[in-house]
Amino acid sequence: MTDPVRLYRTVRLIRRFEERAIELVRSGHVVGGIHPYLGQEGVAAGVCAALRPGDVVAGTHRGHGHVLAKGADPARMMAELCGRATGLNRGRGGSMHAADFAVGVLGANAIVGAGGAIVTGAVWARRRRGEDLVGVSFLGDGAVNEGMLLEAFNLAALWQVPVLFVCENNGYATTMPVAGAVAGSITGRAEAFGIPASVVDGQDPEAVRAATAAAVARMRAAGGPEFLEARTYRFDAHHTFEHAVRLDYRPPEEVARGRSRDPVDIAGSRLPPDRRAEVDASVEAELDAAVAFALAGPEPDPAGALEHLYASGLTARAGGG
Amino acid sequence: MPRLSYRKALNRALADELARDEEVFLLGEDIRVAASNVTAGLLKRFGPERVRDTPLSEQAFTSFATGAALAGARPVVEFQIPSLLFLVFEQIVNHAHKFPLMTGGQCAVPVTYLVPGSGSRTGWAGQHSDHPYSLFAHVGVTTVVPATPADAYGLLVSAIRCDDPVVVFAPAGAMEVRADVDVASLQPVPLGRGVVRRPGDDVTVVAVGHLVHDALAVADDLADQVSVEVFDPRTLYPFDWDGLLASVSRTGRLVVVDDSNRSCGIAGEVIATVVERVRLDAPPRRVTRPDGAVLPFAPALDRAVQPGREHLRSAIQHVMKDG
Ligand SMILES: Cc1ncc(C[n+]2csc(CCOP(=O)(O)OP(=O)(O)O)c2C)c(N)n1
Repeated sequence: MTDPVRLYRTVRLIRRFEERAIELVRSGHVVGGIHPYLGQEGVAAGVCAALRPGDVVAGTHRGHGHVLAKGADPARMMAELCGRATGLNRGRGGSMHAADFAVGVLGANAIVGAGGAIVTGAVWARRRRGEDLVGVSFLGDGAVNEGMLLEAFNLAALWQVPVLFVCENNGYATTMPVAGAVAGSITGRAEAFGIPASVVDGQDPEAVRAATAAAVARMRAAGGPEFLEARTYRFDAHHTFEHAVRLDYRPPEEVARGRSRDPVDIAGSRLPPDRRAEVDASVEAELDAAVAFALAGPEPDPAGALEHLYASGLTARAGGG
Repeated sequence: MPRLSYRKALNRALADELARDEEVFLLGEDIRVAASNVTAGLLKRFGPERVRDTPLSEQAFTSFATGAALAGARPVVEFQIPSLLFLVFEQIVNHAHKFPLMTGGQCAVPVTYLVPGSGSRTGWAGQHSDHPYSLFAHVGVTTVVPATPADAYGLLVSAIRCDDPVVVFAPAGAMEVRADVDVASLQPVPLGRGVVRRPGDDVTVVAVGHLVHDALAVADDLADQVSVEVFDPRTLYPFDWDGLLASVSRTGRLVVVDDSNRSCGIAGEVIATVVERVRLDAPPRRVTRPDGAVLPFAPALDRAVQPGREHLRSAIQHVMKDG
């Protein structure tokens, strides 16, 4: 069931969230920078539009879009980026670890390739308890060369765990082009484990939603995993640190070509212009409120810096003299 | 009274916890046929959903356990050899251990990592003879090294019930230990609580894992010269500092015997903490493997690298003389 307004709203929300977050990086409110998701919004939006609230996802270091698309509160997410006690992770996670278990987000994850096995285990354990759910592991094209991810493919296929591995092929792992890194093909890696694999235009959120819905329907019927390669493009830097240093790895013509297929415009073109303007205004208002909420939030008390380290309540020995 | 072996105690702990809590399940290599013998009989009793053989995919099944724990299960992962922990250090330390803090307390990761046969299994040489507990204590993962069958049972049960990741090192040198134990009396042993195995007045010997038995033997040998107190920490992280400080405050002397490498090992931490808090009557000593040791193959070389009773005896004699 496709809802072009909702889909556009998610894409637009992620786009503007990222742009506002970059402003906050520049103004020093977000320390440590971010990995901008600009240009890739259609993937997270399309995939999550085909999921149910109880389904779980694991993100990547470029994870804001995944967390927002799954339904986390943008205001608490922005507060997390700003390191506030009001953040999703109470200021303990930041950009690369933003998590919201209440909406099925097991967390952005800063280690390339790490989410695949984790989401497989989570889905397996909940299905064993009789719950009906599927999982999504987002990963980059760089992750397909990580051994543990291939181990995770094997476990998911062998034990028939319904996890959709979504590879966001944006052409680069930091500065390394796919052609210089991937022997064979990306989909071939999944196919080697008997996992059905398909390719979709990641710049078209509706195409991503439809491909995901089809894969999820097969997973719910058959049980096992699926693989989806979404061809996309990163409009901005690998990380905002690139705004300060000049790295020369993408030809300007390529960047221009990539930017010419903008998921915001593709999704937006499916709405009457006045409807689109309404959505834009409501996203803007929501993000104004999110930024205000984030900046108004208290900073966490340094005395509690290691709170939550142990779920069992163990406390850590102090490090001072 | 029946003789209970250390190995059987581990087996019984797993069986009792599988029976007590549906969310407990085991996974590991060749556990269905119980290659290590620790899971013997469990497949038949609990079925393949709860006793799951895994492919040789240590990194994936370790993180699979993390995911299952995030979803409310209580996995116990058995590792065939201690060096596999190097392979999955990332998965344990960077994910399982860090998730609760990084998510601001949104989750718990109650996974138990069980390593039956840690340390030297004579003749298994370089890649099978490490005893990497100090690494886990350093990063703050709850780390236990039981010395006796009753503790093997009780600490493993507590590890499984703990809401945090816990690594349970069962030293190869303790696996064959047997003790007169009334099986009905087996109890959970609290994590983080040490025990005085033998009271004494002149020197406290802190001994880790199977070395507790060596320390007791040396203490007996020296009984007519020195009154040795043997302290078994049982859990290396969190360490029972109060228990140890009470002992050292009375004896005034300290020797630590620990079958891991010297630099940055747990023995160094024990000594540092004690000298921060107590004025000792003699400089403390530690008996460990050498710095950066790799266990050589030939049995005599293997033994030469591990801390032995002779080293311990001489360390005790030294601190008595120095004081
Ligand atoms: C295992 C691991 N290796 C290296 C890094 C450093 N690193 C962070 S992001 C990144 C590139 C990842 O590329 P890709 O998977 O294609 O995702 P993208 O950045 O394009 O979204 C690297 C190398 C890391 N975080 N984890």
